[in-house]
Amino acid sequence: MKNNYSIISLLKNSLSYHENWQQAWRDPEPKKEYDAVIVGGGGHGLATAFYLAKKHKMKNIAVVEKGWIGGGNTGRNTTIIRSNYLWDASAGLYDHALKIWENLSLELNYNVMFSQRGVMNLAHNLQDVRDLKRRTHANRLNGIDAEWLSTEEVKKFCPIINTSPNIRYPVLGGTLQRRAGTARHDAVAWGYARGADEMGVDIIQNCEVKGIKRNGDNVEGIETIKGFIKTKKIGVVAAGHSSVIANMAGIRLPLESKPLQALVSEPVKPIIDTVVMSNAVHAYVSQSDKGELVIGAGTDAYVSYTQRGSHNIVEGTLKAILELYPIFSRMKMLRQWGGIVDICPDASPIISKTSIKGLYFNCGWGTGGFKATPGSGDLFAHTIANDEPHELNAAFNINRFISGDLVDEHGAAAVAH
Amino acid sequence: MFIINCPFCGERDQSEFSAGGEAHIIRPKQPTELSDDEWADFLFMRKNIKGIQFERWYHAHGCRKWFNVVRDTSNDKIHAVYKMGEKPPIK
Repeated sequence: MKNNYSIISLLKNSLSYHENWQQAWRDPEPKKEYDAVIVGGGGHGLATAFYLAKKHKMKNIAVVEKGWIGGGNTGRNTTIIRSNYLWDASAGLYDHALKIWENLSLELNYNVMFSQRGVMNLAHNLQDVRDLKRRTHANRLNGIDAEWLSTEEVKKFCPIINTSPNIRYPVLGGTLQRRAGTARHDAVAWGYARGADEMGVDIIQNCEVKGIKRNGDNVEGIETIKGFIKTKKIGVVAAGHSSVIANMAGIRLPLESKPLQALVSEPVKPIIDTVVMSNAVHAYVSQSDKGELVIGAGTDAYVSYTQRGSHNIVEGTLKAILELYPIFSRMKMLRQWGGIVDICPDASPIISKTSIKGLYFNCGWGTGGFKATPGSGDLFAHTIANDEPHELNAAFNINRFISGDLVDEHGAAAVAH
Repeated sequence: MFIINCPFCGERDQSEFSAGGEAHIIRPKQPTELSDDEWADFLFMRKNIKGIQFERWYHAHGCRKWFNVVRDTSNDKIHAVYKMGEKPPIK
């Protein structure tokens, strides 16, 4: 049983110089067999294990992770959470996640620092204005809060934006989702890991998967660097490396993996208290609780697994940031990094069964998976436990690429690709 | 970020080029007879390899010609460049 985190436990542990905190999760060796194995110990994978144990009472499960918990895209994203997607299926999916976010710290007894500071999307040309207004209406019809802001209202909501009509791409307005915001991404992984571990889930780090053993159209288990693990259900949540796992199982996915970059500045006093995104000029920025500006850049337009990304992409983003926020002109950037994102042709994810019985994939989140972490885990757990999708992820099955029933969210995915 | 040796122009920065994705995907000869599964396979399914990949590139800001590249996607090292219609120089 885990000790409860509270103000009292904090005070108590301060007396022993914080040296006696209980271990948050164990570091077990893999057992011979599990009822289900989740491949990938990022936020989505850990959330899947958590909800499998909590809602579907599957206790004999493992999460195998190549590196360490939350060391992949969970710790590399720009932590933005919103649900203002265009189509009904996406609205259902992303708002399901947002509703879980609103109570997640309590559910996990772990402060994920969820902050509903609002997300504003800017329009820079007439087509942007039409698209964003259409999306605002679509969001409202789906019960998602969305507002259209005029240029003056944009300026009022975020005074440091340059709304002069004389810049190259002037701000013609924007949309605002007030329930949207940010959360601390590491805490999400750690909170889910701690919660899953408490219910008996084995979290096995430094355990790379080397192969998937099939018997005809059924799965029999996984080969790992720590030996063979027998299981009848494998849930793959491997983000940019989904295709690598799929190739082991002998199937192909409609994915391309590309580096996506982000960067943070030196920490400064509070200057921007919301998240501002701009599709057209590709600049988005928020400020972390430490005071760093968190800036998201674009993807490289070619397949690569290098986890770095090109300099010209960062340069383009920073040019746009400087035109929109001249006040940042002397800020120094401290760190830059890349993560590998798996992009679907329709910019929507796959949470689905496959042609192989017992093999499930949760992938294709592309540039925007973090926001969906709790909802993705919940729905993927449902899909694995029942061998059937939940109604909220039924549209995100892999067969949509055969039927042609795509969920095109290129407009709402804030990173152009 | 890397340099590509265009078979027509020589070495240029990658930012001059556009990636055209996986190479040697053959366009269906009789599209009317394709099943939905085969269409999905042709249009959407990709190997998306981590390692040696055969791919098409287009010199968008140069000679505007297409050609093929053999690149290791795990470290972006280019192993060979060859023209459209030629056999890959590496297996």
